[in-house]
Amino acid sequence: MKDTKQLESVSVRFAGDSGDGMQLVGDRFATLSAGVGNDVITFPDYPAEIRPPVGSVGGVSGYQLNLGSHVYTSGDYADVLVAMNPAAVKANLGILRKGSTILANLDAFNDKNLEKAGFTSNPLQNGELKDYNVIGVPMVAEVRNALKGTSLGAKEIERCKNFFALGLTSWLLSHPVEPTLRWLEKKFQGKPDIIDANKKAVQSGFEFGERSELLTTRYAISKPAIRKKAGCYRYVIGNSAVAFGLMTAADRAGLRLFLGSYPITPASEILQELSGYKNFPITVLQAEDEIAAIGAAIGASFAGALAATSTSGPGLALKGEFINLAVIAELPLVIIDVQRAGPSTGLPTKSEQSDLFQALWGRNGESPLPVLAANTPADCYAATIEACKVALKYMTPVMLLTDGYLAQGAQAMRIPEPDEIPKIEVAARPSSPKDWLPYQRNKQTLARSWAAAGTPGFMHRVGGLEKEENSGKYTTDPVNHQRMVELRAEKIMRVAQEIPPSEIFGDPKGKLLVLGWGSTFGAIRGAVRRLHAQGLPVAHLDLRWIHPFPPDLGAILKRFDNVLVPENNLGQLNTKLRSEYLIKTETFHKVQGRPFTSVEIEERIRKILGA
Amino acid sequence: MIEPVNEIERGVTRKNYLSSIAPRWCPGCGSHALFKSLTDAFAELKIPNEKLAVISGIGCSSRSPYYVESYGFHSIHGRAPAVAQGVKLANPELSVWITTGDGDALAIGGNHFTHLMRRNPNIKLILFNNEIYGLTKGQASPTSYVGQKTKTTKFGNIERPVRPLSQAISSGATFAARLADTDGAQMTRVMVEAGKHKGVSFIEVLINCVIYADGVWEQVSSKQYKPENTIRLEHGKPMLFGVSSEKGIVLEGLRPKVVKIGENGITKENILVHDIHNPNLSYILANMTFPEFPMPLGIFQQLEQPCYDDLMQDQAQSVTAKLGEGDIFKLLKSGDIWRIDENGTVHSA
Repeated sequence: MKDTKQLESVSVRFAGDSGDGMQLVGDRFATLSAGVGNDVITFPDYPAEIRPPVGSVGGVSGYQLNLGSHVYTSGDYADVLVAMNPAAVKANLGILRKGSTILANLDAFNDKNLEKAGFTSNPLQNGELKDYNVIGVPMVAEVRNALKGTSLGAKEIERCKNFFALGLTSWLLSHPVEPTLRWLEKKFQGKPDIIDANKKAVQSGFEFGERSELLTTRYAISKPAIRKKAGCYRYVIGNSAVAFGLMTAADRAGLRLFLGSYPITPASEILQELSGYKNFPITVLQAEDEIAAIGAAIGASFAGALAATSTSGPGLALKGEFINLAVIAELPLVIIDVQRAGPSTGLPTKSEQSDLFQALWGRNGESPLPVLAANTPADCYAATIEACKVALKYMTPVMLLTDGYLAQGAQAMRIPEPDEIPKIEVAARPSSPKDWLPYQRNKQTLARSWAAAGTPGFMHRVGGLEKEENSGKYTTDPVNHQRMVELRAEKIMRVAQEIPPSEIFGDPKGKLLVLGWGSTFGAIRGAVRRLHAQGLPVAHLDLRWIHPFPPDLGAILKRFDNVLVPENNLGQLNTKLRSEYLIKTETFHKVQGRPFTSVEIEERIRKILGA
Repeated sequence: MIEPVNEIERGVTRKNYLSSIAPRWCPGCGSHALFKSLTDAFAELKIPNEKLAVISGIGCSSRSPYYVESYGFHSIHGRAPAVAQGVKLANPELSVWITTGDGDALAIGGNHFTHLMRRNPNIKLILFNNEIYGLTKGQASPTSYVGQKTKTTKFGNIERPVRPLSQAISSGATFAARLADTDGAQMTRVMVEAGKHKGVSFIEVLINCVIYADGVWEQVSSKQYKPENTIRLEHGKPMLFGVSSEKGIVLEGLRPKVVKIGENGITKENILVHDIHNPNLSYILANMTFPEFPMPLGIFQQLEQPCYDDLMQDQAQSVTAKLGEGDIFKLLKSGDIWRIDENGTVHSA
């Protein structure tokens, strides 16, 4: 008789060689978990090299997912490690919780592989893993046995071991295998041998769990208490969500989408995704460099397209001069910065939030533009639409900050119905050339009108030289310059009109507010939820808009005794908060290329509250 | 206040293409003559003003958009090709012209210049080559000649100059020409040809900067020296030059050589005949530098090759014909999705 243990959430990590198919089964397991009603967030952990040495620690490909009833991150630690070889154990020891379960593929723990992973003796036997619940499973032998008599060769049979692991993990977490069997039929359509073999592998993994005496406990994972909104759902990684957001905004605004971009880690998937939709009104230019990428986008904006450019920190640095051209020409443009750890090339595959200063102030002259941030992979979709909306309504470049963690992480996203996304308002198209001036402004938004190149009757010139108010002619008049500098700044401050009241999680006032932005959302929300449930006076506010700040932010901050600002930088938001509101705040930083864990945030909160 | 152009008048004379701002180049600057020819060419091509986009970078050349009654963009240093390509791709109906200079196109904008030529979009680029940085008041440019004294080469320039035509042609320019600011008729004629060309057009114009590099082109553009020191390129015509066309070019293997008609048995039949459809020949011509050779002026080459904006539209059309017009909401619902009903029950699709 096997025990079943109820858990609120569990994080599982599939790890093996790059060729072991870990990303595939990880993805599948995530969809399966969502399909049975769990919340899921995933994060892939690829090796930095494209073809690292087989069996080496550097070559371990991991896929982490966190599932349960309250899931905000891909998991601080792994509760279950599926290790396809010794290197996978070695690479992941640091993220295992004490008492975690390791499902180890016994057949790969031979002398050769142990040596490649840097073990001098077998950790499954020498007591090195005594703090963990190690279960050695002869996965290859089991698969061979299950597939006896099929037409597949020995190598192909062995390759099915990842699906055995999937079946076994399904058993461990009390997931059904049927959806996976159905999925296999679609995935390998036209290859009946492969379908049959993988199905058998999945089933034999599941049955192994049922019959093996090594496994005494399985887990049942709580479903979220709050019912999810009815509708269709899918997984998205943050970068794809940005691409879909751009496509949706263009659709809702009735405009052609133009993306000018240049490949850069970790932003390239935005460019790649949008390159696949030639049957949409989308033009994509993979430019010769970061500068040309944004330049082309600005040209396309001048000609009436919804224009965007996607990049990461080093690319953003190169784009600075052109961003300013869009600022002074007052043309709509969405700039997506998928932040990574800097300075310089830094840690290209690792995440950080250290481009905030660059986004806000990294250009010559007075160069105001709206800056907003997405906070989860799925939120990248809504944040992108919002960025487009503001760019088009206020005739301004808008900076959207995401980061490597959001960009590569995946999460379920509810697919909106077309009528759920309102039409996007475009800055007034001039109607009559009579008395029209290119820099006349809308009284409410201060946006100028948008006469796209090609429109009869509205020929005009724009450029980087200072503009005369209203006429838009170039002028060096000193008083006009100050007026225009102030007008451009004021226009951006008016974007605050678009920001809804801030939603505070936890107590609306009191001892401590944890204020975050971007991808720290999950770790902070998880920590604050747990501590607030325990009765601690703590609240969380996540900032969508960093420039301008929400109109109610100043008043909210004053309602709390302490404000803690965790950031994956040395306190950049903190600096802006202090300078605008003259308040005491406490910064909390982590710059290790890894996100905060909820535990780290919890500890800091407890310290401040003395609890 | 910008007056809309009357439908009937549009495209009739160059006046239709003059904005309310008069050109502000120095008196005597070659840019004035270039600008006259350019606007004459616009008139001859009858480009509707609203379909005309003049895009520039930074420098004397790049002030041009302000003077043309059209859509204009005075962008940033060296980057006009990037902006122009965005304009063209977003609205392929526009006639897009870049005005740039030797510093703008070949120093700070060298990368974009190369890739503009490589992609071959239907965009025209006019390079005002005065061998100097004018607007920043007299520093050496990438086309400054060896020995040229400027504010930054006080003891004479030691860098070999860029050969703009060689670079354009080797980068893939399908239309390439060189003109002198002293020959308005030829400038207009060639600019009209460039305008009609389907693909990227590169036109180098030798501009005399009266302030910082006065006379750098005198040997090849003045009435006095021109016949002796230049070849007027005409498709299908022999490359003769000299006051009475007594000299010409022959090819010895791949090397051009100056010969005199009547000497060593050379007749007109021996003289190299210009062929604008021969890219090998145009490259040889582009590398003929003065004073070793007379400087060729006119159209170097014109090649029929698929242009970028057409290719992009064709590809979009063929994919759309195959897949149907895309719908973002349908796209999002394709693939691995699941549905949650009103009761919170999950159904895998």
